[in-house]
Amino acid sequence: MKLSYYPGCTLKTKAKNAEDSAIASMEVLGIELAEIPRWNCCGTVYSFAGDEEVHQLAPIRNLIRVQETGSHKVVAICSFCFNTLKRANLLVKNNPAKMYTINTFMEEEPDYEGEVEVVHLLEVLRDDIGWESISEKVQLPLKGLKVAPYYGCTLLRPQDIAIDDVERPTIMGDLLKALGADVIDFPYNTECCGSYQVISNPDYVSQRVWDILSSALRKKADAIALSCPLCDFNLDHTQKEIIQKRSDFKGIPIFYFTQLLALALGLDPEVCRFELNHIDPRPLLESKELLRH
Amino acid sequence: MRTEISTETLYSDFVKKVEDISEQTLSSCYQCGKCSAGCPMSFAMDLLPNQIIRLAQLGLEDDIAKANTIWICASCITCSVRCPKGIDLARVMEALRLITSRKNIDNVQIPQIPKETIAQLPQVAMVGGFRKLTA
Repeated sequence: MKLSYYPGCTLKTKAKNAEDSAIASMEVLGIELAEIPRWNCCGTVYSFAGDEEVHQLAPIRNLIRVQETGSHKVVAICSFCFNTLKRANLLVKNNPAKMYTINTFMEEEPDYEGEVEVVHLLEVLRDDIGWESISEKVQLPLKGLKVAPYYGCTLLRPQDIAIDDVERPTIMGDLLKALGADVIDFPYNTECCGSYQVISNPDYVSQRVWDILSSALRKKADAIALSCPLCDFNLDHTQKEIIQKRSDFKGIPIFYFTQLLALALGLDPEVCRFELNHIDPRPLLESKELLRH
Repeated sequence: MRTEISTETLYSDFVKKVEDISEQTLSSCYQCGKCSAGCPMSFAMDLLPNQIIRLAQLGLEDDIAKANTIWICASCITCSVRCPKGIDLARVMEALRLITSRKNIDNVQIPQIPKETIAQLPQVAMVGGFRKLTA
């Protein structure tokens, strides 16, 4: 089965470890992620203003690209891209006047009427493939690996785009369970990491990150799994500083859920691109005998 | 802090502007504080989100401008999903930011971000941050 795929900017650069592991895993699961042609930046953050339709052009243009391929569904892996595309789609669907303005402004493009369904890869895994089928395809169960799924903001908020329960999500934990991992539930799993404040207030982000990491550590997690490249940067990269400040903290590996999926499906660890993870997860995987050479 | 309330601020364009941009009704807020209780960035804010809404209801634009709150908000939308009155507070914060940034005022000075930091940051952080914090 072919599925239209919107990668977004970060998955092509800093988060190549998320993209490569996702594409390879989906192939094993029988789904070809077909990158949409001529995609552009989605705008990253959804514009909350009621009078700024101009910021909806970028995401809508991408949905037009999807429509042109004859597809009615597009999958994103980056949580921010997912959020922005899905919200922009809902906006035009629920606001005929704004849809008209946007279509008129982009007169060179075919009209768009909100016909493309925007989904996140975790939803494809749950709804189109199913935990049982995934579990059957597992070659290397992640036995003994205690992973805490971290959802962040953009997969769950606002409610009308949420891929799971806003306050008590289980979707990523269910996937990790299907992969054979020990799933660690922790109270900070939907708490914001500080997001883009990393550009202007990195110290505050560092405080947020420590709150989140220490919460997972108190629950005895070996590692954290996530989907968002910004959460990944904050939770993973910021640790270097925290390690310098706190003698009792040795670091905790941060995985994209797609890396753990690829590993469990028995794929060559090369596709996981672990060299791009800031805190090297390979010693942990080796200690659990989960790294095949 | 002494706060002066007058009909001048109460019926000012500012209140209408915030409501227009955010598409929210400020007077719906009854100050329960749920937004501030759950705000992940509140530890760094001069004034809490519910206090900002109260000031906005009263049209006290200058008091809002003096606080760092709207620039510390990370747009995580936790307040919006938990508000018992259904106010999308994240949109109010955005409207308040836009009232400043539409005057061509940046909150983050891009040239001051060290080159090494820029090289490390993922695009999602830069595009997101610049969109929320600059004009």
